[in-house]
Amino acid sequence: MLSIKNLHASIEDKQILKGINLEVKPGEVHAIMGPNGSGKSTLASVLAGREDYEVTEGSIEFLGKDLLELEAEERAREGLFLAFQYPVEIPGVSSTNFLKTALNQIREHRGLDALDAVSFLSLMKEKIKLVEIDKSLLNRSLNEGFSGGEKKRNEIFQMAMLEPRLAVLDETDSGLDIDALKVVANGVNTLKSKDNATIVVTHYQRLLDYIVPDFVHVLYNGKIVKSGPKELALELEEKGYDWIKEAEPIH
Amino acid sequence: MTVASNSIDLHKNFIEQFGIFEKELNGKSLTDFHQTRKKAIRSFEQLGMPDRKTENYKYTPITRLLKKQFNFDYASPGIPAISKAAISELLIKGLDAYNVVLINGRFSQELSNLDITLKGLEITDFKSAYESQPDLVGSYFAKYAEFDKDPFTALNTAFSLDGTFIKVKDNLVVDKPIVIYSIADSTAANWAVQPRNLIIAGKNSQASIIENYIHHGNEAAFTNTVSEIIVDENAYIDYYKLEIQGDNAYHVGNTQVYQAGKSTFNTTTISLAGSLIRNNLNVVLDDEHCEANMHGLYLLNDRQHVDNQTMVDHRKPHSYSNELYKGILGGNSTGVFNGKIYVRQDAQKTNAFQSNKNILLSDEASINTKPQLEIWADDVKCSHGATTGQLDKEQLFYLRSRGLGEQEARSLLLYAFAIDALENVKIDVLKEYIDHHISIRLNR
Repeated sequence: MLSIKNLHASIEDKQILKGINLEVKPGEVHAIMGPNGSGKSTLASVLAGREDYEVTEGSIEFLGKDLLELEAEERAREGLFLAFQYPVEIPGVSSTNFLKTALNQIREHRGLDALDAVSFLSLMKEKIKLVEIDKSLLNRSLNEGFSGGEKKRNEIFQMAMLEPRLAVLDETDSGLDIDALKVVANGVNTLKSKDNATIVVTHYQRLLDYIVPDFVHVLYNGKIVKSGPKELALELEEKGYDWIKEAEPIH
Repeated sequence: MTVASNSIDLHKNFIEQFGIFEKELNGKSLTDFHQTRKKAIRSFEQLGMPDRKTENYKYTPITRLLKKQFNFDYASPGIPAISKAAISELLIKGLDAYNVVLINGRFSQELSNLDITLKGLEITDFKSAYESQPDLVGSYFAKYAEFDKDPFTALNTAFSLDGTFIKVKDNLVVDKPIVIYSIADSTAANWAVQPRNLIIAGKNSQASIIENYIHHGNEAAFTNTVSEIIVDENAYIDYYKLEIQGDNAYHVGNTQVYQAGKSTFNTTTISLAGSLIRNNLNVVLDDEHCEANMHGLYLLNDRQHVDNQTMVDHRKPHSYSNELYKGILGGNSTGVFNGKIYVRQDAQKTNAFQSNKNILLSDEASINTKPQLEIWADDVKCSHGATTGQLDKEQLFYLRSRGLGEQEARSLLLYAFAIDALENVKIDVLKEYIDHHISIRLNR
């Protein structure tokens, strides 16, 4: 589904990613862990198509397409979803209208008819339950005045509505209390299927108690220095990142 | 056909025209009313047309632009024939209202729709109002709009002949909005269209008034309008000024508002269409517990130029004013905002707020914004501020990352930016009409 080969990326001439290799297949959950500044969020941003980053080397193939050739909106329509670490507030843009426009753009791209207001609302009703998001929030402007937890729930709610093939969760656990964390994790787990995949980017092991990964990768200094089964996360938690810093990059 | 002529002396030209205009009045030149006109033309003589040294018109080279487009022939301008069908195309669809139609500044009985059964509501042409009630009209006319200060107010006052007269008697709540469609038909208007409106809202009355300036035809047309609005004690007025339809309009408008105690005046000024627009909005709060809310929105493109000059004059204590003007400027357009809050020594406990926010969409577009506070009282709460920026990149990326195309995301964000300037638009049909035109502009 996703094939990242030798990915190098920089921002303002500063090299952040220095040769990432990663294969993700349908049905899999991958966790990418690493200390601050290791390049985790950069990887998420490059996948979503943030223009501030320049890919200097390497390739990304997504569902048979050259991802780097696609604009951010084309990636979304192809089925890529980024849950933002810091979802931006957009005063004046109604959450509901925005989501309806987004969903219908994606449906159109997939050759499906646009949803009318009634079917859209019933879909919303169904997905709201999944993330236990307060309905009144969706009548407000997008993320405006939302608490940190509400913003993160709203990200997962959007993900549920848009049904991506590949979801990238960028530090979705940061700033969440344990209850909110469980709700978010439950949403992700419920949405999991044999056809879609998830990449969980996180600093802490905590989230992985609830979203159980098939693979854990440790990112350090712009490279994946270690990959392993879910137990690797526990080892990291126990020993800290210093242990990994001494390890040799894998190729 | 418009003949461009840079050598024309507009100042001299208008003064000469006044002589012709006076002769055409046929013996009515001895009335008090006409004495005011004569004073006004003398003011105009002294003030002259604004040039680049005129502080109030520093960023709006109006005389130069007018010279480029007009030679202002004054050949007994008549009212061009516009069919009822053509007019109905221009009206705000689905709005149940009292409709006044002015064609090139002249009241059209035939095209207006004024079936008034409401007792105490008077809507009529300005001309018959001052002929039938000279004392009443004379006691308000030119008492508020200061023709000794602004050359265009002087010009309008000197040539004042027709327009709209509205009087709402004490305690009356007007059941429908009143719309003044001021149509400048360029096919017969290489002269200054100069409507004059007088609106008197009695004590405890309530009304919604919409001035809708529409440019009709391909050639340029110049409108120089003055509206005097008197809001008596505890009256509540919603006032809208729209410049939305027609591309080749040149417009100078003076709206002069006088508020008595406990009155409320809400105004929304929307400028979307027009080559050159200058809106002067002056609000005088002459007693305690007045409230004035002044909102404005301008969306500009190509070579459009819009200049909003506002002044709120707090004369007495305990009044409130709030002002929010928003602008989106693309192409080579230019904008000017000059907002002044004036708090007199007597006006303690004044609350006055002002904000002007702009988004520039191109490197060539520009805005000159100048918020001004002049405060002579010592116990007041006042603030002002101005911002100019671009669209937020982070917001744009967020929307695109959800599948919205770049153009769509931009439109959505611009609309979101603009929308809070429409907060005071309370009539649903009107809101839809404005919305519709904003959406067209933003999706362009």
